[in-house]
Amino acid sequence: MSKDVVVFIEQREGSIKKTSFEALSLARELATELGGQPTAVLIGAQVEGLCSQVSAYGATKIYTVEAPALAQYSGDGYAAALMSCVARSEPRVVLLAHTAMGKDLAPRVAALAKTGLVSDATSVRVADGTIECSKPVYAGKAYRTLRAKKAPLFISLRPNTHAKSEAAASAERIQVDAPEAGFLSIVDEILPLSSERVPLQEAAVIVSGGRGLKDADGFKLVEDLAAAFGPGGAAVGASRAVVDAGWRPHSEQVGQTGKVVSPTLYIALGISGAIQHLAGMSTAKFIVAVNKDKEAPIFKIANYGIVGDLFAVVPKMIEAIKAVKGK
Amino acid sequence: MEILALVKRVPATDSKIKVGPDGKSIDPAGLDFVLNPYDEHALEQALQTKESQGGSVTVMCYGPPEAKKDLRTCLAMGADKAILLQQGTEQVDGLSLSILFAEKVKEQGYEIVFCGTQSVDNDEGQIGPRLASLLSWACVTDASSFEVLDGGWRASRDIEGGKEALSGGLPVVVTCSKGLNEPRYPNLKGIMAAKKKPLEELEAVLTESQIEVVALTPPPQRPAPSILGEGPDAVTALMDKLQNEAKVL
Repeated sequence: MSKDVVVFIEQREGSIKKTSFEALSLARELATELGGQPTAVLIGAQVEGLCSQVSAYGATKIYTVEAPALAQYSGDGYAAALMSCVARSEPRVVLLAHTAMGKDLAPRVAALAKTGLVSDATSVRVADGTIECSKPVYAGKAYRTLRAKKAPLFISLRPNTHAKSEAAASAERIQVDAPEAGFLSIVDEILPLSSERVPLQEAAVIVSGGRGLKDADGFKLVEDLAAAFGPGGAAVGASRAVVDAGWRPHSEQVGQTGKVVSPTLYIALGISGAIQHLAGMSTAKFIVAVNKDKEAPIFKIANYGIVGDLFAVVPKMIEAIKAVKGK
Repeated sequence: MEILALVKRVPATDSKIKVGPDGKSIDPAGLDFVLNPYDEHALEQALQTKESQGGSVTVMCYGPPEAKKDLRTCLAMGADKAILLQQGTEQVDGLSLSILFAEKVKEQGYEIVFCGTQSVDNDEGQIGPRLASLLSWACVTDASSFEVLDGGWRASRDIEGGKEALSGGLPVVVTCSKGLNEPRYPNLKGIMAAKKKPLEELEAVLTESQIEVVALTPPPQRPAPSILGEGPDAVTALMDKLQNEAKVL
């Protein structure tokens, strides 16, 4: 058993997810306290070229698993590969990003390792020599504090909850044999959404609309405000009412039965703030709300509120944001 | 085809959550409990799979005696048989529950398991993928489309900035998301028929949980809210706050 902290580095097409760097920055802090090494795992067809990016964030050990069959994510293939690295490292903690890939992979590997997993943790620390995590439950209406009874503890970390920081280190590289091909599930294809759009869970800014937009056409105001932040500047979200009415796809729903988001800035337009919606966005750093009803619950959690008609207020916001962004 | 849908009883999503006297769990007083919303999609997908492939649908729940009411609802929606695994007092986690379900799947010989992408109480999403690992089955998590083809399946799932199209062989565990289907409502005929369908109660023997719950607390307080003003004139004040106070622009 080592005192190391392993981080699974999520990459698609050679591009590493920001949350993996956040997790690696956290791993460095934990490893320092535990007296172990921050250790990265890279899995893919060719990942050697990514090692320098990983050591820039302080990994002192990097396991690589390379095989043509690992070019695309496969749940069982990647689980077997990551498990080989975990078996070699025997760490105290295994960190993953709580993303589509991390949500799929973490429970599978935790099952192979016959150990516990805390999903969607928002903070992790060492307490009394044990690993302790906090995570939102009931969609953020309460927080649960959990401790590991056994090592390793698997943790998937919510994006945007731990700051990433560089700390260059020289890393020892260890090649691990890839699992035998012939995986049970295979990704045949990735269908990208419109390339200008930022994924909701990764966005620093989210502009979200509710029933106050009146109809699907009115929702264009939300898209226009998001666009004012420039290409890739802001993502579009929606309330459940709007999704249930068919104005927007479920993939844009923010809330308890949709996506849970944690952006730096969340702008709620015409969203009254049902408890299920608040559950999905109340960990945003700053919340702006525009609503015509000054009693709307959204104003109880908004840092900055404007009471008024969306169709008068939002065009002025668009103009003002464009003026700032255009500078 | 023997099909299993795993379901859970959870507090309704509009519930106000209060911490109980032990400081570790919720105070259930005054809460309405419902079928986990994602599990309705799991059961619907199980029923559609039976309709296209034949076979039977069993619905299984680890829960308190009150969950029998939710299992009856599942039978009224069209499930053929229900099993309640009796909840004990021991602490459970994703590991111990998935081991329990894996044993039941092996005993009963199911070929396909549907469950919700996560339960809206613990918000973990562990059971489906853990179960697949324990059984060495294929798995699709957070499926937004799923179809059984001869000997295999095809599915898609949302990922950040796109969709993954994936395929594999049977048996398979599928965790179901909201966009997958439109769950049916039980009709009167279904409700009458449900009364005569088998609902079995089994003792659940669980392995030790590997995670200790230390505390349950209310969410961190947000800073005091402020209303900047009314109408378009307030936009100037907002821009000032965003640029100089929040520094987000």
